[in-house]
Amino acid sequence: MTSHARQDKPLFEPAIVRRAVLDAFRKLSPLHQLRNPVMFTVWICSAFATGLWIQALTGRGEGRPGFILAISLWLWFTLLFANFAEAMAEGRGKAQADSLRRSRRDVKARRLLGSDRKGPHETIDAPVLRINDLVLVEAGETIPGDGEVVEGVASVNESAITGESAPVIRESGGDRSAVTGGTLVLSDWLVIRISSNPGESFLDRMIAMVEGAKRQKTPNEIALDILLAGLTIIFLLATATLLPYSAFSAKAAGQGHPVTLTVLVSLLVCLIPTTIGGLLSAIGIAGMDRMIQANVIATSGRAVEAAGDVDVLLLDKTGTITLGNRQAVAFLAADGVDLKRLADAAQLSSLADETPEGRSIVVLAKEQHGLRERGLHALDAHFVPFTAQTRMSGVNLGTRQIRKGAASSIEAYVQSHGGTFPEDLRRTVDQISMAGGTPLVVAEGPHALGVIQLKDIVKGGIKERFAELRGMGIKTVMITGDNPLTAAAIAAEAGVDDFLAQATPEAKLKLIREYQAGGRLVAMTGDGTNDAPALAQADVAVAMNSGTQAAKEAGNMVDLDSNPTKLIEIVEIGKQMLMTRGSLTTFSIANDVAKYFAILPAAFVATYPALGALNIMRLHSPESAILSAVIFNALIIVALIPLALRGVTYRPVGAAQLLQRNLLLYGAGGLVVPFIGIKAIDWLLVALRLAA
Amino acid sequence: MSHAWTQNLLYLTLLLGLAYPLGAYMAGVLEGGRTFLHPILRPLERGLYRLMGIREEDEMGWKAYAWSITLIKLLGLVAMFLLMKTQAALPLNPEHQGNVATGLSFNTAVSFITNTNWQAYSGETTLSYLTQMLGLTVQNFLSAATGIAVLAALIRGITRRSATGLGNAWVDLVRGTLYILLPLSFVFALFLVSQGVIQNLSAYLHTAGGQVLAMGPAASQVAIKMLGTNGGGFFGANAAHPFENSSPLSNFVQMLSILLIPAALCVTFGRMVQDRRQGWALLAAMTVLFVAALAVCTQAEVKGNPALDSLGVTQVAGIDKPGGNMEGKELRFGPGGSALWATATTAASSGSVNAMHDSFTPLGGLVPLWLMQLGEVVFGGVGSGLYGMLMFALVAVFIGGLMVGRTPEYLGKKVEAFEMKMASLAILLPCAAVLIGTAISVLVPAAAASVGNPGPHGFSQILYAWSSASNNNGSAFAGLNANTPFYNDGLAIAMLLGRFGVIWPVLALAGSLAKKKHTPEGLGTLPTHTPLFVGVLIGVVVLVGALTFIPALALGPVAEHLSLRSLR
Repeated sequence: MTSHARQDKPLFEPAIVRRAVLDAFRKLSPLHQLRNPVMFTVWICSAFATGLWIQALTGRGEGRPGFILAISLWLWFTLLFANFAEAMAEGRGKAQADSLRRSRRDVKARRLLGSDRKGPHETIDAPVLRINDLVLVEAGETIPGDGEVVEGVASVNESAITGESAPVIRESGGDRSAVTGGTLVLSDWLVIRISSNPGESFLDRMIAMVEGAKRQKTPNEIALDILLAGLTIIFLLATATLLPYSAFSAKAAGQGHPVTLTVLVSLLVCLIPTTIGGLLSAIGIAGMDRMIQANVIATSGRAVEAAGDVDVLLLDKTGTITLGNRQAVAFLAADGVDLKRLADAAQLSSLADETPEGRSIVVLAKEQHGLRERGLHALDAHFVPFTAQTRMSGVNLGTRQIRKGAASSIEAYVQSHGGTFPEDLRRTVDQISMAGGTPLVVAEGPHALGVIQLKDIVKGGIKERFAELRGMGIKTVMITGDNPLTAAAIAAEAGVDDFLAQATPEAKLKLIREYQAGGRLVAMTGDGTNDAPALAQADVAVAMNSGTQAAKEAGNMVDLDSNPTKLIEIVEIGKQMLMTRGSLTTFSIANDVAKYFAILPAAFVATYPALGALNIMRLHSPESAILSAVIFNALIIVALIPLALRGVTYRPVGAAQLLQRNLLLYGAGGLVVPFIGIKAIDWLLVALRLAA
Repeated sequence: MSHAWTQNLLYLTLLLGLAYPLGAYMAGVLEGGRTFLHPILRPLERGLYRLMGIREEDEMGWKAYAWSITLIKLLGLVAMFLLMKTQAALPLNPEHQGNVATGLSFNTAVSFITNTNWQAYSGETTLSYLTQMLGLTVQNFLSAATGIAVLAALIRGITRRSATGLGNAWVDLVRGTLYILLPLSFVFALFLVSQGVIQNLSAYLHTAGGQVLAMGPAASQVAIKMLGTNGGGFFGANAAHPFENSSPLSNFVQMLSILLIPAALCVTFGRMVQDRRQGWALLAAMTVLFVAALAVCTQAEVKGNPALDSLGVTQVAGIDKPGGNMEGKELRFGPGGSALWATATTAASSGSVNAMHDSFTPLGGLVPLWLMQLGEVVFGGVGSGLYGMLMFALVAVFIGGLMVGRTPEYLGKKVEAFEMKMASLAILLPCAAVLIGTAISVLVPAAAASVGNPGPHGFSQILYAWSSASNNNGSAFAGLNANTPFYNDGLAIAMLLGRFGVIWPVLALAGSLAKKKHTPEGLGTLPTHTPLFVGVLIGVVVLVGALTFIPALALGPVAEHLSLRSLR
């Protein structure tokens, strides 16, 4: 049921890469860099190094112009690579935004001047429609804006929004009344009351979101920014003070010279956390993008991040944990009643019953007892529909009166016909209830014949998903309107941690508040208007795209596939985003150790020759050592772009194991990799005769 | 195993063994519970509150708490300054010490109120007994009690939920002094006297040989100097002076007393947050760092100067000689007893010395220097060590928390932007003071001229002075003439920044944590009591500490060590 068409997009699509390369240069503007203290520092350093190069060209510089040029070029590359990462992350969203924009271009709307669809109307451009305008849309036309169906039924193709090509039914009233601008009416007609002003529609929001135009930093991103800024200041101090230190040392040692500004600038850029600083925004954008790939539109990055923190998942039973409908699984006859007679009566009573439960009874009778479906007209039967008063349905065949319904209703019915309700049947009814099933009792006149056992069918594989969630430290709570007995049985079968039975909207809201008061973050899905209060209260609220406008407004995410198990995927994406940030921060800091070993001996060996012992990588010369470190620092950003865009792999294991794994990969890896990388670059520089 | 290593092992065993009961006792005191000293001290405590007009149950928000601490410190600063400026006219001055110069008075007053106890003077030639007792000793108690109080406020910030109060600063200061510092010091002073540490108010002794033997109430001041991680010696030679540190036993017990309260406070922390494992984890991180530093320092000092080996000088210990690097060391303590003291005193923010750190081998001297630069969090000062370590723990939790895909939490409190800001500030400010102070010193010719040795060693002397002052340690690398207007004022500023530049962010952070809701621990929560987390914490401390100072250290002790090695 899920359309995964967009998930298979390759990471580096040529069109996106081309655009990203251009954007990388555009983003060199210092105004753009100001947002990110780490990269702004790199910008200043690059400009400064370029100035040093120009100075060197005039012959009054502090070193070989060629070396200073190489350093300043690679510093600019560091910036460009970081920009490229961000542009790549944005590129995928932009491509999608373009296609969304196309879908609403040149749409005309027929605005009704009265409330009668056959009355007069005018044709206007869709973008000028305002709230509460009524428009008529007929087959083959595009719906001009978000709204609510007030009249009519039609099939609508929503693939422009959802990517799902199968049409959906939209009709007035109920939970299927919301329509989205840009979607196509395939058959019949609809009268729609527009529910958004120009520029505020779902499509507008979606475009803004996928483009990252309104992207605001998320709370954890801000906190990380502060830490990175703190580290940048520390390293700025550590390198800036090195100038007087080295001057003092050179004087004291009577040899060597103060460290050059080129070396200091290189050291600073190598030490400040450019790897995470350069990829930070790309990680955030890519997180949103992964949500979009999963066909979920989040209204803010904050919501995506919060998803990673979720402790409690509230899941509706129907449609999420169980297949939509209950099915008949067995006939249980009362003592002294032939099983076939029961099956026959059950089937007869359900022939005209078009509910899925009714259909499943007919099918079960056919499968177990070979009873063919019969036409009601042929039997001259009269169908008695279910009403809230009788709480039974059935059929009258001449004098035969067959009824099926809840045990209490049938008991009353049987007694009113002078019969008695058998004890053994009562026991069977209780047993079925206890096991989580729903008993339907069948009676013919004064005789109670037996019970049809209806059962919720728990979705395949769901139990494993819940076990996974438990491994992640997330508690699952099943929400159901069933009575507590039934709910407990299904909860046990599905493997959820807890359940809320006989749930009302108020009870849901109360439950969410209780969890939140205990310091937990709650996620839930919903589609109906009565879910809206709970959705508004939940920390992560995923509204189904098929749901009502009210639900979509209340939630902070919309699932275009309307797939309630998507929550699990959403949580994983949220966690991945945080993990990627944390892992790359660790990697970035750990890298500094090797860079010190490359740059410090190179910078000071003239003053204290003994410091040459620290050149454990045996780099060719001071210049090649410094250049290699700077080049490594720039290239590592490029090398990590795929990781930033795809995210660190999440495994549903406990926090301790995750930490151990990521520490080993990115902490220990971050210590070792630059030693190898810098040595390799140095070796290459020598081999290509680029090193002095 | 040589004597030095045996002593190290015994030291650690006793330290951790004593930390447990003391930590449990202190938790009782800080939680306002009843202790075995209540029958004697509780009436006194009540009387003090009545006298000062303090209502015990009044809660303070973080700002009120911070202002209370700051104001009483400023009051102490002024009082001590005036005392030194007028001591010539005041009683208890048998040697007729003159009034202290203004710059030195300011420096010394700042030094003692900030628990630094940097001494640009010699006690026996500068201060009257009244100044020593009423000025220095009082501030020794108060500055240690301050550390405990701020820590208590931070712990309450962690444990309280949706609250604004962090406790009452006055009550915390009184309890810390009355129930913890005074009784311990009392017993310890008696022990020191039993070992021969002097305690009198007599005039100096003039021997027949023409020697002058300084006298004074040393034991009472030494007790709190050691227990409160103050470190300011009664005499100029500090614990290398036989009247201040008389026997190998007094030496050993004094070394224990340096780290006793800081180590025990980890236990206190675990009890107060109601998860003892959390306290053990912090203690473990500190112990691992300490053991590593101790091993390097001991090895360097016991092995001696590598340059001497090539001259055919034997530095191996024998029956008639202690061996190792004996320059600047007391024969009574030898390289082992000196290395252990040096490591302990700089791991804690004590700064007392029983040997001259300036004369340590380059590597041996690198260890104390680096321990201070880590921000005095390896045990650290009384209270201040643990709240400093908790700042690092928050950073570790933040990075680790992100790595497991969750908004980081420490002990159920979410670590967000504000917390990161304050933790970064608390870590950053002392580092900045060290780096900038050293930079200015090497730029200002008058300051650069204060060094006693040329080359990298001279640089180490300057770096050491600023590391010591900015991190409130107070030990000196000697060799540097620090009693100059530049260093007196500059280091005083560094000391103030190192103390209040940490206390204010810490209390602000405590206030912010107290307001937060508690998030229950789950499988997805990063556990902060496991060996893995201890490893992460150590990594963060070492990386931040090392990465900040590696360039500076490379030009100082590292260059010196490698040069010495290349002489061979």
